[in-house]
Amino acid sequence: MNGLSLDKISMRFDLPNGTSVQALKDVSLHLEEGELMSVLGPSGCGKTTLLNIVAGFLAPTEGKVVLNGHPVTGPDAERGMVFQQGALFEWMNVRENVSFGPRMKGQREKDYGAHVDHLLDVVGLHDFKEKAIYELSGGMQQRVALARCLANDPDVILMDEPLGALDALTREKMQSLVLKLWKETGKTIILITHSVEEALLLGERLLVMAPRPGRIHKEYRLPFADDGVGRDLREVKKRTDFGERREEILSMIWDMEEEIMGRAEETK
Amino acid sequence: MIILLIYVAIFVVTFFVVKFVAQQAAKTDYTSLKTVTFGDESTVTPNRIASVVSVLTIFLLWGSFTGSKWVPGFLHAPGPFTGVAEFTYTAEADGQTDDALVRVLVHPVGEEATDPEVEPGDGFAKNDAATVGAWRSGLIRVDQNDELGRDAGHTVVAVNGQPIAPGQSVETDFGRVGMSPKGTLNFEPAKGWQMEPIWLPPPEAVMARLIDISKDGYRDSTLWEHLGYSLFRVIVGFFFGALIGIPLGYAMGLSDWFRGWFDPIVEFMRPVPPLALIPLVIIWAGIGETGKIILLFLAALWIMAIAARAGVSGVNITKVHAAYSLGASKFQIMRHVIVPNSLPEIFTGARVAMGVCWGTVVAAELVAAEKGAGMMIMVASKFQLTDIVLMGIILIGVIGFGIDILMRKVESILVPWKGRS
Ligand SMILES: Nc1ncnc2c1ncn2[C@@H]1O[C@H](COP(=O)(O)OP(=O)(O)OP(=O)(O)O)[C@@H](O)[C@H]1O
Ligand SMILES: [Mg+2]
Repeated sequence: MNGLSLDKISMRFDLPNGTSVQALKDVSLHLEEGELMSVLGPSGCGKTTLLNIVAGFLAPTEGKVVLNGHPVTGPDAERGMVFQQGALFEWMNVRENVSFGPRMKGQREKDYGAHVDHLLDVVGLHDFKEKAIYELSGGMQQRVALARCLANDPDVILMDEPLGALDALTREKMQSLVLKLWKETGKTIILITHSVEEALLLGERLLVMAPRPGRIHKEYRLPFADDGVGRDLREVKKRTDFGERREEILSMIWDMEEEIMGRAEETK
Repeated sequence: MIILLIYVAIFVVTFFVVKFVAQQAAKTDYTSLKTVTFGDESTVTPNRIASVVSVLTIFLLWGSFTGSKWVPGFLHAPGPFTGVAEFTYTAEADGQTDDALVRVLVHPVGEEATDPEVEPGDGFAKNDAATVGAWRSGLIRVDQNDELGRDAGHTVVAVNGQPIAPGQSVETDFGRVGMSPKGTLNFEPAKGWQMEPIWLPPPEAVMARLIDISKDGYRDSTLWEHLGYSLFRVIVGFFFGALIGIPLGYAMGLSDWFRGWFDPIVEFMRPVPPLALIPLVIIWAGIGETGKIILLFLAALWIMAIAARAGVSGVNITKVHAAYSLGASKFQIMRHVIVPNSLPEIFTGARVAMGVCWGTVVAAELVAAEKGAGMMIMVASKFQLTDIVLMGIILIGVIGFGIDILMRKVESILVPWKGRS
């Protein structure tokens, strides 16, 4: 069976003081190959935990993750990850960072050279190949991270707030880039974000999660990502159905936040 | 005390002068346009003028308080009195009183001197003559040539008309005249404010020594051998310390068993100053090269182990995660992520270790050695050769500083990303 399946994933953290946190409870979902799903939810609802489980950095206390028919037991090159920041290697220049995956597989410059250079062109870093990481701006660094992930040609790309640290303008350009790369490469992508707009724009599917315990609250299928490919994303944002969806989801998250606050007040 | 006041005065005055001049020639770079400078650490770069003035001030003070030829005479602090000093004394014997003159030639130490001419004078107390070296003092037996000696009850009751008794003293224009408990006069010419060369030689004497010793050597070895031996010990000791310490630190950073096993040892050895190990190392390994290298090895070992451990634990977990999900194996993560990531810490440790080793080698050579910078100054100090001691201290400082500069240069070439992530 192709695609990525999460089967009744539960995650409980036992804390040193004897209590435990139910970070995830019975999360099940299936992603077809080439689907892009964005994940939204209030802070602390287990989004990062979910992504870490799919990446293989954490083993769930219950349930299993299956990719293309085989269970996930640890990190692997088939599941690439783009972090919010700080995951690039400062001791390598841009090109060395991007070619890291192929080099670790023992490939030679002649095997990966053309592909890496092509990816650097695509993310617009052609003139920065030999630059050191600390000489780049935050947006450029995220483009390096994206290219590095793609150079490895993973089946699934996992992104944890990849654009969270960027300014609005750079962010918009990066959103177009993500859409474009998604369409061109046909990768399966899970993208965590805090921005409702970003989730709507990029997510072919949208998962809204609820906290305590972390679980799936609601799922949407959205037309905006397909429509947005190769177009000005601002046009998409102006559409009335986009605005309606945004308001709906915003008020839903607001309600959740208020509920959390209320519960916090009560327990005080 | 006076030196400190002068020093502070130069500090303050040059500050205002330089600030005033700098304001006239204000240039506009990025830093000078910042309005918030107090509390913004990045705007505090060392003022080069201050550094130059600071070094010059030290040499100026040194020169002027040692009467250096390199410092113009009018800047010299008052020197010790030299020349002919005179005072009178009043003696009592057999119920009579009489005055007489004492003429003392105060000569620079090391010069031959003969008693100055003086007429005997009249009365039972005769005039006296004596010589005293500058900065020294001398007993003057004024009663020896007097007609009535001690057996006649000769006692000195006043100097320059001021009464004096055993244990007391009288200040004259030329210095202090004291009286011993037995009643003998003791003349101490005025010392001025300058330091005596055996306490602090002038800079040119130190320079001359440096040239001298670099030509002829000291204690059967050339200067370069002395310094080279110290450096050699440091480098060998540090090399072995790093060779064992870095892998040990990595092991402690990567394995809980290693961490648990070596934690107590490292944490115990870390606060033990290497100097405290010198006696033990001498007992075990003697005073030869082996002992010193073992000592420096131990000094460097813990520092390097701790630095490497910190370097490993300091690796950002997202970098390791990223490498894993890019398909790297454990060995590749070690080689491409953990080791390069720990290099900045290791370099910081290496700089500290080199500094500690350099200090420790000098101290160890002070205790016992046949060659080395520390041995040089220790032997010289036993013979009061202060110029060699000073020369040694300056060379030790310069070399230590040079090592640090070198390490920083290597660091900026090998780990340019340090502090920039
Ligand atoms: N290593 C851990 N040990 C204990 N509790 C943890 C650990 N990691 C996460 N948690 C808990 O699990 C819950 C979910 O955390 P998670 O980081 O997945 O949230 P998130 O949705 O990513 O939040 P944010 O949007 O703020 O990033 C939180 O309540 C958190 O306190
Ligand atoms: Mg998170």
